[in-house]
Amino acid sequence: MARIRAHGLVVEFPIYGASGRSLKNAVMRAATGGLLAKDASERIVVRALNGVSFELREGDRVGLVGHNGSGKTTLLRVLAGAYEPVAGTIEIEGRVASMLSISLGMDPEATGHENIFLRAAIMGMRPHEIAPLIEEIREFSELGDYIHMPLRTYSSGMAMRLAFAISTCVTADIILMDEWLSVGDAGFAKKAQERLARVLDRAKIMVLASHNEELIRDNCNRVIRLDHGEIIAVEDLGAQAAALRPMMPVPAAAT
Amino acid sequence: MPSAKLWLALQDLWAGTRAIHVWPMLGWLEVKQRYRRSTIGPFWLTLSTAAMVAGMGPLYSKLFGQPVSGYFTYLAVSLVLWTFVSALVNEACTTFINAEGYIKQVRLPLTVHVLRVVWKNLIILGHNAVIVVVALFFFGPGLDWHVVLVPLGVLLIAVNGVWLGILLGLVCARFRDIPQIVASLMQVAMFLTPVFWPAEMLGRNRWAAEVNPLFHFLEIVRRPLLGQSPDALSWAAALAVTAGGYLVTLAFFQRYRARIAYWV
Repeated sequence: MARIRAHGLVVEFPIYGASGRSLKNAVMRAATGGLLAKDASERIVVRALNGVSFELREGDRVGLVGHNGSGKTTLLRVLAGAYEPVAGTIEIEGRVASMLSISLGMDPEATGHENIFLRAAIMGMRPHEIAPLIEEIREFSELGDYIHMPLRTYSSGMAMRLAFAISTCVTADIILMDEWLSVGDAGFAKKAQERLARVLDRAKIMVLASHNEELIRDNCNRVIRLDHGEIIAVEDLGAQAAALRPMMPVPAAAT
Repeated sequence: MPSAKLWLALQDLWAGTRAIHVWPMLGWLEVKQRYRRSTIGPFWLTLSTAAMVAGMGPLYSKLFGQPVSGYFTYLAVSLVLWTFVSALVNEACTTFINAEGYIKQVRLPLTVHVLRVVWKNLIILGHNAVIVVVALFFFGPGLDWHVVLVPLGVLLIAVNGVWLGILLGLVCARFRDIPQIVASLMQVAMFLTPVFWPAEMLGRNRWAAEVNPLFHFLEIVRRPLLGQSPDALSWAAALAVTAGGYLVTLAFFQRYRARIAYWV
């Protein structure tokens, strides 16, 4: 059973050292960024999410779209459990795997092998869960005996392959992604996409934030549009997918 | 609902402490990382403390009119303990600031980051303990059964390191000037606390040491190592500080726990 229920989520970032009111008025309604407002104690705050409500059920593949600063990443971090909302409630049922930053916590001085355990611990996996997967990770990331060398000796491609292999060995009910994961040269990229697809297939809910409309149309069945921290539209993709297209042009080629 | 918030704070403490596959590894890797490519690793710190003891021992025993051999052991034990205590206090300030990357991205109990710091300093203390062993071997005194109190005392200091890490870590995440203030205060405290000089030298003014909680935390570990019988006052004071510290910390932690992610 997997479900996410958000009701009236508000997330505000306090800005310390911002110089008072004039600045506030000037940037009150900037083209990008969250709403600037003042909270009860007269501090300037950025309201990154402003009363966001939605419900996600099993089978939902949700694309989050919006400008830079519209609240996509903040919403993902709330779903990941990092930020607790200032107001509103969020209920999450199911195990969440966050692929927001797949090399977080990796230690350049530690070996590849040690880094597998490190990343696993940070992702909430216990040693006995990750241990049987090590051989598979080593094989997939094509590291060979480098697995016993410190991470700093790796090329950036090798380090990315390792991070990708570890992050995609989780089994989770809910998967969060900030932009689509893609790593490596052409040959590896194909292999990586297949692996990612398998992980996503197993997941019951996926939430993907992206600027790439085409990518979202290919991989999602619902779209949540955010602007200034508010939901401006929720669309069901499928039959109307084509009708959606003219609303927002594809910004750039798929990467 | 204040009780719900308190519950969440306690849950964080409990879940964090139970995550024994996370914080010991993080703490251990930090020790390894700092010294990874040097041959003797963390023992560099041990060597510098040893050099300080060897250099200061003869001179300061004359300055303070203490017998050399007794003073050597006293200084060795005191410096090793002070290094531990002051590292706990100073690093408490940066506990959450340094864990910013984790705190903003993943859901981990905040207590994990605190335990990581305390654990790292326990490992370093383990290295520095060599100095104490050497000093005891060459300069005595012989130990009696009171030595069983040493691990208990170290544990009590570590337990205090946890509330300190939460409280100072939280306050310093919000007010970034505090780490500098704490560092200056600890510098002063090194000279005001009986570290280099024995409290007995104060004579009738011994209260000047006894009002200082840091003194009592040193004493609960130091006395058994110097062959002295434990001082009930020091244990009472240390336990009282522990209880008071956790009460204050819980009050702050339940109120501001959810804000830390926004502050770091």
